[in-house]
This record gives sequence, structure tokens and C-alpha cells, in this order.
Amino acid sequence: MNTGMDELYREVILDHHRSPRGREPLPGPADARAEGKNPSCGDELVLELACAGGAITGAHVECHGCAIATASSSILAELVAGRTPEQVRVLAEAFRTAMHSADGVLADDLDPGDLEVLTGVRKFPARVKCALLPWITLLSALDAEGEGKPAAPATTEA
Amino acid sequence: MTSRGDFLRAPAGVEPCDGQAGDCSRCGRIFSERFPLLERQVNGRPLVYLDSAATTQKPGAVIAAEARYYREHNANVHRGMHTLGVEATDLYEACRSRVGRFLGVPGERVVVTRGATSALNLVAGGLGSSLKPGDEIIVTEMEHHANLVPWIELARREGLVLRHLPVTADGELDLERLPQLLTPRTRVVALTHVSNVLGTINPVAEIAAAAHRRGALVVVDAAQSVGHLPFTFAELGADFLVFSAHKAYGPMGLGFLVGGAEALERLQPVEFGGEMIETVTMDSATWAAVPYRFEAGTPNVGAAAAFPAALDTIDEATLQRLRQHEISLTGYALERLERLGGLTIFGPRDAAQRGGLVSFHDPMVHPHDMAQLLDSQGIAVRAGHHCAQPLHRRLGVVATSRASFGMYNSHDDIDALVDGIGYARSVFGA
Repeated sequence: MNTGMDELYREVILDHHRSPRGREPLPGPADARAEGKNPSCGDELVLELACAGGAITGAHVECHGCAIATASSSILAELVAGRTPEQVRVLAEAFRTAMHSADGVLADDLDPGDLEVLTGVRKFPARVKCALLPWITLLSALDAEGEGKPAAPATTEA
Repeated sequence: MTSRGDFLRAPAGVEPCDGQAGDCSRCGRIFSERFPLLERQVNGRPLVYLDSAATTQKPGAVIAAEARYYREHNANVHRGMHTLGVEATDLYEACRSRVGRFLGVPGERVVVTRGATSALNLVAGGLGSSLKPGDEIIVTEMEHHANLVPWIELARREGLVLRHLPVTADGELDLERLPQLLTPRTRVVALTHVSNVLGTINPVAEIAAAAHRRGALVVVDAAQSVGHLPFTFAELGADFLVFSAHKAYGPMGLGFLVGGAEALERLQPVEFGGEMIETVTMDSATWAAVPYRFEAGTPNVGAAAAFPAALDTIDEATLQRLRQHEISLTGYALERLERLGGLTIFGPRDAAQRGGLVSFHDPMVHPHDMAQLLDSQGIAVRAGHHCAQPLHRRLGVVATSRASFGMYNSHDDIDALVDGIGYARSVFGA
């Protein structure tokens, strides 16, 4: 590949795109749910979370988006299980900051997994939204869950 | 002696250009040397520009004319008593007349706007006060948001009923549905001349005739057709036509509303201020004549000064030849993309029934990834919903990739596109 394409389409990202995690429906009804949209391109996703004992136990994502949005959704599904909503918020915020920073570093104590690889997308400003879409949808789902009401659709256009 | 005659003919299945195209051997580029931007490199590769449906590139003559305006003539129009003001006004009015001549209407039926979108908002807003709750407007399922959202908003505000003319599986308007949609309460039929996604050329004259039998006004979005298809305003049979200069080799920030004399008189101004008035007191104002009553504020005089150079370029090439060229490019693109396999290609199969664009979907590579990977090869295409979300919903995809053509493109550009799609697939391991 050339002109940075190998940096954007890293093997880890392509792998998440080819076999995305979190595509299996949740075993029971969702405890939190939100829809996300990127109006500039039409990408859409639906995120459902299962929670138990103060922690997220599983995530189900239906993503109709590009490889970057799909891979980001997949990494999200992999990372949220077993974390508390607060931990997940901190992770989402750290990812957002990294995507807008020069070095894109995520602290090791966040246990960021493949999210570290995804920060390479920050060098392609037009695609940052694609990487963030699942995460803003996640925040929307958590907000709704906290307030006990249906989530407002998340959008990349603020 | 070996005859090489076969080699000079188009490959099997490729619609050859006819002899009228002049320098068109294997559909060569037309005037491409006049477009300075096409000389640049993108990501280390020579640019292959296949996004002319979004905006065409500009001939050097257009760029020079806009620069010359600001260097030599810049002044406000219709008010300066000084020499520069007179020159600027002359250039601005010359553009109006030139557009009128291009479409076969007198200049006083040409309203200068910021673009096709603002012209459509002017028509929708300007008709608003003459419509009553329960009146009906027909739009088509293949409209660009610019010819859909102003009508949705008008319908909401005035209590109008919006009806939709659907698109068939072949990507054409379902004309069999038109008679039942047209009722005595139909006031407006708004449709695109050429779909910016499907490429479909709609039978505007036929639809306009049916609409007129019901007494409805016909509004045509000609953003994809002016400067690409040969036609006059009268041939379309519409009451209003809008287009943007920048999709017809002209500058951005300039568009036009062309209308029938009576239709324009029916329109109320939607923007108020300087330049559009006849007399103003502290409590009242009367409007200037058409078209000036629709041109409040300072217009884009620099762009207007430049646009005639674009129309001159088109006329020098001739619209017939440009059209022939786009048919040839479209036919070749359809054929090569189909032969590639695995792609869904949208719109009519016959290039002669289409404008110069092809939208496609590769189930293996999302349009964003496709556009990004093509860009890495220097190939510019559009990816997304192309401001036509309802149509994409109808097509059953969130987004498509679109290659669109201008006079400067050649079959080589389509070969580059096909190679680029192959490269994109290879990245995704397809």
C-alpha cells in the first residue's frame, strides 16, 4: 500500500472489519440502547448494552458503515464487556482526546486493547468521525440508561 | 501489409463516438489542456478527476476572467455613478444576457442567485403565499435534497400535501403513477432533469405537459444538465428552471433561476433589502421589476463576470459534441464496471438515456473506503448519499460511490478507475 493507506487500513482494523465482534444479539432484553448517525455520509449504527451488578456484561452492535466505523464498533464491543459505565466513559473520553491529539497516545492503565491501533485514523481528519461514531453512540446509550429514558439518537454533527 | 483498422475502432461493446466529435479518437479529452488544475498531482499520482457532478473544474479563461474583474473593474453594481460601477454593472448584466442566450430566453427572465439551491428556495418560498392548505405538491423520489427539503418545509408551514412520484427498479420515474398523483389540487410538480445519483434523464417535457393540463407549475432542477445536455428552456416546457454555474465549468457562488414571464410575475420576493426595491418610505416599499426584485443585496459580480467564459468554452466545443463525449464515457464506464463483476450499478443501462455519471456499490468495499483508497491513487470520486437519502433508501444502500465525467475526461480515466477498484478490493483481501 502507499500514501498512508497502510496506516489507515492496518491489519488489525481490517481483521475487525472482516469479522466484527458484537454482532450476536444479546441473550436477553437490552438494558441500554442508542442509535448513532453520521449525517454527512449516511452511516448508521444501533448499539445495545446488557448490564448486571453495576457492570456492562455485553454489547450488540449493528453497524452500517465503512471499515473504520465497523472496526471501531467491533473494538468497542470487545472493550466494554466487564467494565463499569464510569470506566467506559473515561475510556471513550480518552479515545476522543487521543483522536484530536498529535501523538494519539492512550494510557496503558486504560487497557485500551486494539483501540491503540485505531488512533492512527487521526491522521485522516475526514475519517475521525467514522472512528468516533460508535463511541458517541455509546455515551448516548449510557446517558439514557442513567436517566432511565430512551436515548436520543447520537449524531456526529453537533 | 497488416491492416490495423480494427485497432482504431472502439473495442467490442463500446459505443464509439461518431465522426462529429472531431478530435475524438478513442474518445480523447476535449480542451483538457485549458483546465490548469488537471495538471496537478494528488498523492504522488497524476490527478484523475471523476467528480464533475459535484463540481466541474474551471477553464483558465474563467479563472482569468474572475481575477480580471477584481483587478480591473471591481465596484458595486446598479448604483455607482462612477466608471468602475458602470463597468461592473455591464459585466453583471452581460452574464444575465449570456445565460439567457444559452438557454433561449430573454435576459429579463434570468434571475441571478447564489446557486441552484438558493434558486429553488426562492421558487418554493416565493410561491408559498399563493398556496392554500390542502394544495398539493408533487416531488420525485430521486430528488437531490435541494429540490426536496424546501418543499417539505413549505408543506409543513402552509399545510400543503406532498406527494411522491416513485422510481422504478430500473431507476426511472414511474410515469404510470403520474395520472393518479395529479389532481385538481396539484399546484407544483418539482423534478430533476438528470438524477445526480442514477444519471437518469427524465422526460421533463412529457411530465410538464401532463402537469400543465392540471394547471400545475413545473419546477426543474437542471443542475446536472445545463452545460452537458443540449436543450433550450422552451424545449423542457417548464415554468421554472434552476442551475448552478459551478457544475457547468463556471465559478462557485453563482446560480440562476430561469422562468416563464407569467411564472416569474407570480413569484413573491423572499429576500428583502437593497437593490430589489422601486420606492421605499419608512413604512412601505414597492418592488423593482422582475428579475431585480429577486436580487436583494450585493450579488457575486466576480463570478458573473467569469461565467460567460465557461459558456463560450461550451459553445466552442458545442453541446452536441460534449453530449456525444459524455455518452461515450458513460457507456464505456458501464461496460468496464459491469465486466469487473460483483458491483451493483444503478440507473438505466443505456448510456444514451443517462447523464455523464455512474454510481455503483461494491458489497466488499464500503463507498468511503473505496473513495479513500481511490484517492490514494490520485482518483477523485464522490462517496456517500449524494444529498439524496430517500433515493438511497429506495435503492437499499446507505451510500454509493459515484464517478462523473466532464469534457476533460477520457477512457483512460475510466481504465484508471477500474484499476483503482481492483486495488481497493486487494486491500480488503477481496
